Amino acid sequence: MSAARRGFIKGTLGLSAMAALYGCAGAGKGAKGHVVVVGGGYGGATAAKYISMWSEGGIRVTLVERNAAFVSCPISNLVIAGEKQLSDITIGYEGLAKYGITVVQDEVTAVDAEKRMIRLARGGDLAYDRLVLSPGVDFMYESLPGMASAAAKESILHAWKAGPQTVALRKQLEAMPDGGVFAMTIPKAPYRCPPGPYERACMVAHYLKQAKPKSKVLVLDANEDIVSKKGLFTKAWADNYKGMIEYRPQSELRDVDVGNRTAILEFEQVKASVLNVVPPQRAGDIAAKSGLKLINNRWVDVNWLTMESTSTPNIHVLGDAIFPAPTMPKSGHMANQHAKVAAAAIINLMSGQPPSDAPLVMNTCYSFVDATNVVHVASVHPYDAATKQPQPVKGAGGLSAAPTEMEGKYALAWARNIWADMLT
Amino acid sequence: MKKKLAGTALLWLGLSMACAQAADPNLGRNLAATCANCHGTDGNSAGGIPGLAGMSKAKMLGLINEFRSGAKPATIMHQLSKGYTDSQLDLIADYFASRTPVGGAK
Repeated sequence: MSAARRGFIKGTLGLSAMAALYGCAGAGKGAKGHVVVVGGGYGGATAAKYISMWSEGGIRVTLVERNAAFVSCPISNLVIAGEKQLSDITIGYEGLAKYGITVVQDEVTAVDAEKRMIRLARGGDLAYDRLVLSPGVDFMYESLPGMASAAAKESILHAWKAGPQTVALRKQLEAMPDGGVFAMTIPKAPYRCPPGPYERACMVAHYLKQAKPKSKVLVLDANEDIVSKKGLFTKAWADNYKGMIEYRPQSELRDVDVGNRTAILEFEQVKASVLNVVPPQRAGDIAAKSGLKLINNRWVDVNWLTMESTSTPNIHVLGDAIFPAPTMPKSGHMANQHAKVAAAAIINLMSGQPPSDAPLVMNTCYSFVDATNVVHVASVHPYDAATKQPQPVKGAGGLSAAPTEMEGKYALAWARNIWADMLT
Repeated sequence: MKKKLAGTALLWLGLSMACAQAADPNLGRNLAATCANCHGTDGNSAGGIPGLAGMSKAKMLGLINEFRSGAKPATIMHQLSKGYTDSQLDLIADYFASRTPVGGAK
């Protein structure tokens, strides 16, 4: 028997053994090491839970989050409208303890990708084998000079990260006189939650219609047209809020005269009783400033099989912070889906297996047009090997035909289930 | 020698066939996790949307087909069910059928 043939047999047996390990036994068994997840929102909390759960505790997971509790952006427009309280959209992290996850309330100040360490503001250095960054967005206030000071940011609110600003915007609306103007500005896409601003217009109008019916809602949109669910929002505005909501496309905010609550546009200035500025956005600071490759200097470029940065090994990035695949929205639902792709890939990689070559993510997004009636948009995005990114399935997904109370019930059930899927 | 070679080839073929269905044995688990946002982790619903844990494969695939054809009216599942291939749905249905419902049906 020639050496070549012996080699062939050995190789064949080796291949069979590999197939047995990968294809037929449980890939991911025996995964070991330490994963640090930064950011406990829709992406990060889901990643922490699923890595721990699917590795059956084999991988040690630490979740670092700056806030004491999770506050949901979805449903927060109902708090602004006075239909829900902040406590209804706030959930603690204690449910993650049963998965063996260590939750650390701290702020990450630096990432050292070479040494695989992160620096915490209070807790010193933390070493990782793999790091998951799910930092959401931060605002590009540099494009709005008038908004530079802390006082300006406390006066002209975004309420685009749920929490104290959500409550503060509610208080501004409560203090607004009847006959006042609520003006909100929308940045050019992509931004967090494409239909969110139009839902907010509905919900603010819903409140004003009952409490201050002489008031107006003015939507100043930097985009050419309504970015999401256009037909449904246009109809809801005409049917429910005729004469109350005014929509102006191609109205990009150039600056803010904070003292006069005035939005400065290219050709005009708009004074408001309450001015709500949703600023342009980019990847959250810790992802944007840690040397990861960015696209358009704003969003992290990722490998869609693993959610790993294309430039920096062992760092995976999820959610709103990444450069999205075609038609993929920046949504909490999508961040949860990214997290599961990353969790499966990380477990495989940490047990010496390749990641799955066929991940799939999908999106469901509900918007309230009043306190009870809701519309959705949905899509399914399997990985496409030819373009190396998820692509939406043509003929799948779609929109509601009209707002319904049944979808209102499903929207709240969606929130209950996704919060449980992340945190309990 | 020839016998040994043939045996190896057969073993290899057998393993390949057994593994051909799912390159990654966790594909069903991973695909099913895309449903969990609404139907609950491992198909155990937190309420308001039907749970899927422990549902028989035949029942689940039957429902999916009714959503796809429009025979069963839906708010969203008629749109989402068309986004998955038959083989993906097969793996998802296998996975949920293998799950134990926690705390009874909700």
